[in-house]
Amino acid sequence: MPTSELKPSDRIDPATGEYRVVASGETFKSVTEKIAGIVLTPHTPMGWFALFTVAGGGATVLMVAVTWLFLKGVGIWAITQPVAWGFAIINFVWWIGIGHAGTLISAILLLFKQGWRNSISRFAEAMTIFAVVCAGMFPLIHTGRPWLAYWMLPVPLTMNIWPQFRSPLMWDVFAVSTYATISVVFWYVGMVPDLATFRDRSKSRLGQYFYGLMSLGWRGSARHWMRYETAALLLSGLATPLVLSVHTVISFDFAVAVLPGWHTTIFPPYFVAGAIYSGFAMVLTLAIPLRKFYHLEHLVTERHIDNMGKVMLATGFIVAYGYGMEVFMAWYSASHWEAFMMWNRMFGPMGWSYWVLVTCNLAIPLTTLWSRKLRTSIPYMFFISIVVNTGMWFERFVIVVTSLYRDFLPSSWGTYRATKWDYMTFVGTLGLFTSLFLLFVRFLPMIPMNEVKILLPGAKIMPKAKAEAGD
Amino acid sequence: MPAREGTYGLLAEFDTPSDLVRAARQARQDGWRRMDCYTPYPVEEAAEAIGFHRNKVPLLTLVGGLMGLTAMFLFETWVSVWAYPLNIAGRPLYSWPAFIVPAYEWTILFAGLSAAFGMFALNGLPALYHPLFNAPNFRDGATNDKFFLCLEALDPKFDLVESRAYLLSLQPVSVVEVAY
Repeated sequence: MPTSELKPSDRIDPATGEYRVVASGETFKSVTEKIAGIVLTPHTPMGWFALFTVAGGGATVLMVAVTWLFLKGVGIWAITQPVAWGFAIINFVWWIGIGHAGTLISAILLLFKQGWRNSISRFAEAMTIFAVVCAGMFPLIHTGRPWLAYWMLPVPLTMNIWPQFRSPLMWDVFAVSTYATISVVFWYVGMVPDLATFRDRSKSRLGQYFYGLMSLGWRGSARHWMRYETAALLLSGLATPLVLSVHTVISFDFAVAVLPGWHTTIFPPYFVAGAIYSGFAMVLTLAIPLRKFYHLEHLVTERHIDNMGKVMLATGFIVAYGYGMEVFMAWYSASHWEAFMMWNRMFGPMGWSYWVLVTCNLAIPLTTLWSRKLRTSIPYMFFISIVVNTGMWFERFVIVVTSLYRDFLPSSWGTYRATKWDYMTFVGTLGLFTSLFLLFVRFLPMIPMNEVKILLPGAKIMPKAKAEAGD
Repeated sequence: MPAREGTYGLLAEFDTPSDLVRAARQARQDGWRRMDCYTPYPVEEAAEAIGFHRNKVPLLTLVGGLMGLTAMFLFETWVSVWAYPLNIAGRPLYSWPAFIVPAYEWTILFAGLSAAFGMFALNGLPALYHPLFNAPNFRDGATNDKFFLCLEALDPKFDLVESRAYLLSLQPVSVVEVAY
C-alpha cells in the first residue's frame, strides 16, 4: 500500500505524536510475506531490468576503463607531479566513507538500542560491502601494477622482503581488509535466519537448494538464538571501534604527511564524521526509491527518513567544525605555508571546488535540516541526499587536489585536470555499485524479517492472559 | 552423530510467543530438561524459560581477540627487528607505537571471526539434516509466524503417550510426533 493511501493514524503514533517505526496493522505473517514476496517470485519487475541495464552499462564502462589502464598504465589518468593522488584516492575515500554509515546503522545504533534501525540495517550493510568493493579497487589500480599488490601482504616471498609496518599506507591495508572481512561476516550472520525463512518458503527446487545451503540448517532454536544474539552484540561492539579506526587510519594517510592542508590533527574525527554524513546521504539515496518501488512504506517509514536527517544534521555540524578548525589553524599556526594553502584553496584557480563543497555540505543541508517538515518530506530528503553526496565528493577533491597542486616551491606548482579515463572509472564504480545492489535486492532479504518482527506489538510477552494471535 | 531411529520428540505448536513462554516455563517447572523452543525471531524469555542462561561465545571472542593481538604484534616485531630490518629516517627498529594499528585491526578481525564462527560451531551449524524438519508444520511456521516447544525423547521423563497428554494440557494449537 503506498503512503498516500495510509490514514494518518496508521503512520503517526497517537501516544507520542511521532511517526511510527513500523506502521500499524503489520503481523508476523505479513512481514514475512512482504519481504519474501519480493525475492521468491519468478516475476522480476521490468523496472528492475531497466535499472540493471543502465547500471550494468556503467559497470561495463568500468571494465573498459580498467582494461585500458592495465594495458597502458596510470599515465592515462591525469595524475602527475605535483598531483600524484587524483581521482583514484578521492574516490577511494569517498566510497569507503559511504560504507561507514552501514556499519554505524548496523553496529553503533544496535549498541544504543535504537530499534528503528532494524528495518534499514540490512540494506545499509549491503551498501557498506558494495561501497568497500568499489573503494578497495582504487588503491590497487592506483599502484600502477596491481598484479603485484600481494607484495603488501605479509607473506613469505622468494625475494625475502617484508612489509614496512611504520607506514600508514600499510596500516590502511590492514584496516580496510579487516573492515571488508568483518562487514561481510556481520552481514552474512545477520542474514542466516532470514535465508532460513526463504528456504522454507521457496517454491522452486533451485531456490530451496540455494537458500538451504546458505542458511546452514538454521532452525530457530532458543539456544541458537541466544548465542546468535550474543555474537551479534559482540560483533557490533567490535565493528564500532573498527569503523572509527578505518577512517582514522585513512586520515593518517594524509595527516602523517608534512604537506600544508594535510598535516593536521583534526583529520581523524573530521574524516569519521564526514564518512557518516555522506554514508547516511547514500542510505537515503538508496532507501527512498527502494521503499517506493517495492511498496515498503510500512517498514521504512517517515520516522526513518526523519531520524537519518537528524543524524546528518549532527554529523554535518561536526564536519562544519572541521572546516572551521582548518581555517582557524591556518591563521593561528602563523605558518606562511598553511595560510597560503587556505587562501589558495578558497580563492586560487581551483577555488570553485571549495565553494561547491561549502554550498553542498554546509549551506543547503545545515540550514534546512532543522525543519521537521522538510526532514519528513520525501522528495526534499532525496534532493538533500544527492546534494550531500556531491558535497562530500568535493570535500575529498579539495583535500587531495588543492593541497597538492601548489605546495612549498612555486617552481613545482602544477594543476590538475581529470581525463576521460578518470571520469569513466568513477562513473564505472557507480555502475558496479548499483548493479551489485540490484542483484542483492533481487536475491537476498533486503529487510531483516526477524529484526522487524521484534518490533511488532505481537512480540510482546504477556504474563498471563492468552494473547491474540499474530498481532 | 550415529544414525538414530524412532522418535526424536513431540512438537507442540503455539500461535503467540506468550503462550510458548508460558508453556516452556511450566514444562521446566514440571521437571523437563531435554527440550527446546523454536521461534522465528529471538525470544529471550524462551531461552530463559528452558533454563539456558549462559553461553560460551564471549569467551571464544576474547580468546580470539587476544590471539590476533599477540600474533600480529609479535609478527611485526619479528619482521621489523629480525627478518627485514629497515632504517626509516633513523627510527628504532622496535618502533612499537607504529605496530599498534595493525595489531589493533587483527584483534578485531580475530575476535569477530571467532564470535561468528564460534557461534555457528557451538550451535552445531552448518547441519544438512535435522529431524525437526520432518514435522509437517515446522517448516511452514518456525521461520515465519509460529512458535514451537519440543520435548525430546532423550529426556528420562519422556513417554510417547503420557508426554503427548502432558503437552496437550499446555493448550497448544497442535502436537505432532517427530521421527528421526
